[in-house]
Amino acid sequence: MFTIVEKRRLNDSMTLMAVDAPFIAKKAQAGQFIILRVNEYGERIPLTIADYDREKGTVTIIYQKVGKTTLLLDTLEVGDALLDFIGPLGKASELEGHKKVAVVGGGAGCAIAYPQAKALHNMGVQVDVIAGFRNKDLIILEDEMREVSDHLYLMTDDGSNGHKGFVTAALEENIKNGAGYDFVVAIGPLPMMRAVCNLTKEHNIETMISMNPIMIDGTGMCGGCRLTVGGETKFACVDGPDFNGHEVDFDEAMKRLRTYSEQEKEATREFNCRLMEGAEHA
Amino acid sequence: MPNMTPKKTPMPEQAPDVRNKNFEEVALGYTDEMAMEEAQRCLNCKHKPCVNGCPVGVPIPEFISHVAKGEMEEAYQTIKTMNSLPAICGRVCPQETQCEHNCVRGIKGEPVGIGRLERYVADWHMKHGEEKVEKVPSNGHKVAVIGAGPAGLTCAGDLSAKGYQVTIFEALHTAGGVLMYGIPQFRLPKEIVQKEISGLEERGVEIMTDMVMGKVLSVDELFEMGYEAVFIGTGAGLPNFMNIPGESLVGTYSANEFLTRVNLMKAYKPEYDTPIIRPKNVAVVGGGNVAMDAARTAKRLGAENVYIVYRRAEEQMPARNEEIHHAKEEGIIFRLLCNPVAIHGDDDGKVRAIECIEMELGEPDASGRRRPVPKEGSNFELPVDCVIMAIGNSPNPLIRSTTEGLEANQKGCIIVDEATMATTREGVYAAGDAVSGAATVILAMGGGKEAAASIDKYIQNKAK
Repeated sequence: MFTIVEKRRLNDSMTLMAVDAPFIAKKAQAGQFIILRVNEYGERIPLTIADYDREKGTVTIIYQKVGKTTLLLDTLEVGDALLDFIGPLGKASELEGHKKVAVVGGGAGCAIAYPQAKALHNMGVQVDVIAGFRNKDLIILEDEMREVSDHLYLMTDDGSNGHKGFVTAALEENIKNGAGYDFVVAIGPLPMMRAVCNLTKEHNIETMISMNPIMIDGTGMCGGCRLTVGGETKFACVDGPDFNGHEVDFDEAMKRLRTYSEQEKEATREFNCRLMEGAEHA
Repeated sequence: MPNMTPKKTPMPEQAPDVRNKNFEEVALGYTDEMAMEEAQRCLNCKHKPCVNGCPVGVPIPEFISHVAKGEMEEAYQTIKTMNSLPAICGRVCPQETQCEHNCVRGIKGEPVGIGRLERYVADWHMKHGEEKVEKVPSNGHKVAVIGAGPAGLTCAGDLSAKGYQVTIFEALHTAGGVLMYGIPQFRLPKEIVQKEISGLEERGVEIMTDMVMGKVLSVDELFEMGYEAVFIGTGAGLPNFMNIPGESLVGTYSANEFLTRVNLMKAYKPEYDTPIIRPKNVAVVGGGNVAMDAARTAKRLGAENVYIVYRRAEEQMPARNEEIHHAKEEGIIFRLLCNPVAIHGDDDGKVRAIECIEMELGEPDASGRRRPVPKEGSNFELPVDCVIMAIGNSPNPLIRSTTEGLEANQKGCIIVDEATMATTREGVYAAGDAVSGAATVILAMGGGKEAAASIDKYIQNKAK
């Protein structure tokens, strides 16, 4: 059992949790992930390690409430425990050898982009963070991202924070203004990462993305997370989750991500119904 | 007088049309009377050829003669001297190529049902036996076992019986390895696996789940933590794909993924959260036990047509005869001498059909089996909405890639001294599928047993 030692709501849909997991905290590196299972009936879901504290022995995750398991996870409070918490999984991000980097985060992807920016910043690299959200109420980790970047470009789709537009618009503008990026890290929904990759390919800038396919074991034993990268089959859980964005087959990845969408919707609907019933009986 | 009936006492089974719609165990096991009747078919040979066929050396005639006399607890204790997981072995061992293959009664008729009797005895004990847990006093030495599959469990059981303090590190959330995620409930009920494992824990074996070794701890760190020897029983869990077009379409599974969702995550039960596709028409590619398990599982999930697509003929199938027989009874359709060349999808990226080419058998190849040769122009499509690849597994590279001095062969199998199971790294032993590539439960257990004996010698010599 793995005890929750901190829980903080970042906005209406996103929550940060720190979990007591000393073995994982000791080994975790930027870019790696954990798999958790809430209870005995639960499924195993992957979440990126957003932060870790080797001394306290804690690992921080940030999740967005998108379906049954994340809603269930969100019913737990500090002092409660997760049944399973497994990691650190995947390869650590390879961030060495760059001078000026743009880290582009989309929505919940900023939870994963932030530790990357932090790692780069701590290596002494110049870092611009371009973070995009649908509206200003959904913005997370603003202070944290500002602290680890030379410039923070905070964009909203609807302009509700004063900077309207997609992350790709800000990235393109910077590139055209001669920002001189030699590396781009893009993390967020697949369409956003694809748009960034199309842009950087045009400008010939090496781009690393973090993939988020469906996973079960996370240790390379099932291939459920397989992707086509540069024409070859890769398992995201052991060969990634980071890949060269210019080589990933996005179309295929998007289709595979929708494999269980009907069942996911149904499970979420049922879960919400039960929550409502519980509220009525209370 | 022995019972000279040429045939084995039949074992009751669920009817095929009933069982292919549920996940309950197919074979129902002997009653007391049936077991005693079958036990009387054993001639109690002096030279015991059956024992030579058993990778862990169970004293077969001894335990069977106890059964014949109705001394079930004695029979159980006799088996337990050599085999720590009898309820499992009695169910999943390929007895026809091992103990029963050597049985003298098999020359003129059917061999003694050794597997059925072992299973009966183990089940009897679970129901009636009183577990006297005798913890062996600690000898003060610590051993780490990586992987809680059949090899690791056996090695841990044997070492703890000698007084070693054993910790098993398991990557998944449940111990058991392939017994939990691979072999389906209808062949091996998970409750039985759990009971055998908790028996080990009661005897003092510590099991730490959720520990992905190589990631969370290295072999070197285990030595730093005071473990004096390490056993690697990490199996062969890396699924092979065919590298044909369309393998990434939605509805294409590795057998590992399909079976893990159903067996470990219990996707077939509504109260569990893990989803699974419930296909209508399924092609399972391969001819081994895993292919049979996947096909029979797909049928139980409600599929109408389930095809086994295999590139050779039935005689070359590596699956047990019993499994092939059961699969046919349950309505699995065999498309033999067929090899997939592509999987075709619809506009949503979902599987629509599998394209195969007919094969004919040519000269024997390196494996001694006749090589299948494609018949030009014989391509045809089988309309399916799900394809399950069951064409074998390779060892997972995680441990060997993170452990210095541990050598593996070209196939990724860890190299060991065949007599001692010692790897190329001092104090590190390995056995099971991690060494042999995908094989059987009982061979893994045999290897685990030998490794335990070697580890004991190694530590005792070092202590002198």
